[in-house]
Amino acid sequence: MEKRICDVTNKEPQDKPEVLLLQPLSIYFEPILSQKYDLLKPWESPLPLNVFLPNHAQFVQAIISSGPNCLPIENSLLHLLPNLGIITAMTVGIDHIDLEACREKGVAVTNAGSTYSPDAADFAVGLLVDVLRQISMGDRFVRKGLWPVNGDGLLGAQVSGKRVGIVGLGSIGSHVAKRLTAFGCPISYFSRAPKPNYPSYKYFPNVLDLAHESDVLILSCALTAETQNIINRDVMIALGKDGIIINVGRGALIDEPELVRCLKEGVIGGAGLDVFVNEPEVPEELTYMENVVLSDHRAVTTPESFKGVLELAIANLDAFFSGKPLLSPVSC
Amino acid sequence: MESLVVLITYPLFPYLEQELLRRGCHLLRLYHSPQTNHLAFLRANASSIRAVVCDTHVGADAAMIEALPALEIVSTFSVGVDKVDLVKCKERGVRVTNTPDVLTDDVADLAIGLAIAVLRKLPAADRFVRSGASKKKGGYPLATKFSGKRVGILGLGRIGLAIAQRAEAFNCPVSYHSRSKKPHPNYKYYSSPLDLASNCDVLVVSCSLTDETRLIINREVIDALGPQGVLLNIGRGPHVDESELVSALVDGRLGGAGLDVFENEPDIPEELFQLDNVVMTPHVGSDTVETSMAMADLVIANLEAHAMGRPLLTPVV
Repeated sequence: MEKRICDVTNKEPQDKPEVLLLQPLSIYFEPILSQKYDLLKPWESPLPLNVFLPNHAQFVQAIISSGPNCLPIENSLLHLLPNLGIITAMTVGIDHIDLEACREKGVAVTNAGSTYSPDAADFAVGLLVDVLRQISMGDRFVRKGLWPVNGDGLLGAQVSGKRVGIVGLGSIGSHVAKRLTAFGCPISYFSRAPKPNYPSYKYFPNVLDLAHESDVLILSCALTAETQNIINRDVMIALGKDGIIINVGRGALIDEPELVRCLKEGVIGGAGLDVFVNEPEVPEELTYMENVVLSDHRAVTTPESFKGVLELAIANLDAFFSGKPLLSPVSC
Repeated sequence: MESLVVLITYPLFPYLEQELLRRGCHLLRLYHSPQTNHLAFLRANASSIRAVVCDTHVGADAAMIEALPALEIVSTFSVGVDKVDLVKCKERGVRVTNTPDVLTDDVADLAIGLAIAVLRKLPAADRFVRSGASKKKGGYPLATKFSGKRVGILGLGRIGLAIAQRAEAFNCPVSYHSRSKKPHPNYKYYSSPLDLASNCDVLVVSCSLTDETRLIINREVIDALGPQGVLLNIGRGPHVDESELVSALVDGRLGGAGLDVFENEPDIPEELFQLDNVVMTPHVGSDTVETSMAMADLVIANLEAHAMGRPLLTPVV
């Protein structure tokens, strides 16, 4: 179907461009974005989406996609938006967007670029130190009043010098690597291809080999068809009984029921998890374990990151509406 | 070391005790007596005790040293020697050794871990998820970014330096206060703790406890750090005016705290238990299997060197 040229002759120059939302924005984004754009909010209408869009959003050129649990953007939705030219995701993960369908329809997709990377990397390191040095566990122990009763007894494992294997040496992964290098941790990684920019990090062509040579696996890759369940039982056995998994990517990178089993059976030593397959659901058994640290998908939720991604989103949208190059396009 | 009589002041890391026994030491355990009986116990064994192995719980004070005329050496299972009466030891010709260097990385790792845990509210998130609240309430209050925060280090010794090196990897500008300026051009020197606190976002206490540094973190310094500031203490509890700290945290005059040490361990002011901007660990700065073994090996090596008339490895006195 040919893209119709948007008829803008009736619009005043100062009219704000229309931008479609699929779910409510967080309070950190809404005020500024509603000043700049005319935000269409289909959930405020009694009409179902597939009736609302042809009637009220036929000229819409832009979508803002925000999370943390983003609604999927698939072909069926794109069909209803013939003038769509850009999807601006406020997330770095875009596994909820059918990139192939967007490419076919000439819809550009932008994401958070590297604005989230320092926070995500900090969180991954924080989870690792927490798991190995039992920080949350110690805090729990102290708050229950157990220190005078049980005395000492928490003995952790050293962080410095642990062999760290990074799954996905992208922006977040390389920020993690830089931080853990300062802890004296030798860095290895698995990525789709070796990264010539990082000659001091050892490349492994598959995750199983990486796991064999690592004490810690840190997951910071995108979720795709290839990476779904990339952490399976074989990988966890290879990582070993003292091995730690840190996940700040997507829950579905790990075979979650198998992870729970491996933790219970002592196949691996512990885990720090910010993401889960079916958020906000968290496997209940994990909540009883002492050798895990759990968080609710907050690796990048800081005011600093929000400010950064907001500025980037606006820059991308402004560029789009004025026909200039986008700042953080995702290649499909 | 055969038949060396060693007084142990507090239950040891099991490997250390095993190794002492394996080498033929005869161990006397002070902690098997109630505190009120300690002096009597010491006097009863006064003629045979030649070595004391102590730690941060129970050290070697003047009374103990005076009660042990045969004492030759005190080896503390710690780098801090604030629980050993160094003046008395010097007076009596008693050698003192500690365990520096082997625990530097662990303490620095914990300091950074605590910084992230406080700023990013990690234990609070963990509590939130375990309670099931994350399924219903939605987002928990925002934390704040660690990378790029100004880190101020009080005491740029071995541990302070290791913390600085890690902080640099997080793009944190590093500043410090020490008794003297150090040859580290990357790190900005401040001539007083107050100036340091006024110019950083995260203040780490990593100096040794002496008469000069007792209560070095007082109300003035806490106020200078301010409602966005975070205090991290991996030094000693008595470095900090604890009641001032608690009231500043409760009032919101201080942004947060990560504390591994307390004035009166294992007792902790209960007001802190209500606060989500505080992370507390039970003095685990060097409590890893790897480091505990390395510290134990160092204690043994020092005692062995002493028994053989060789130079001590890590003498303090």
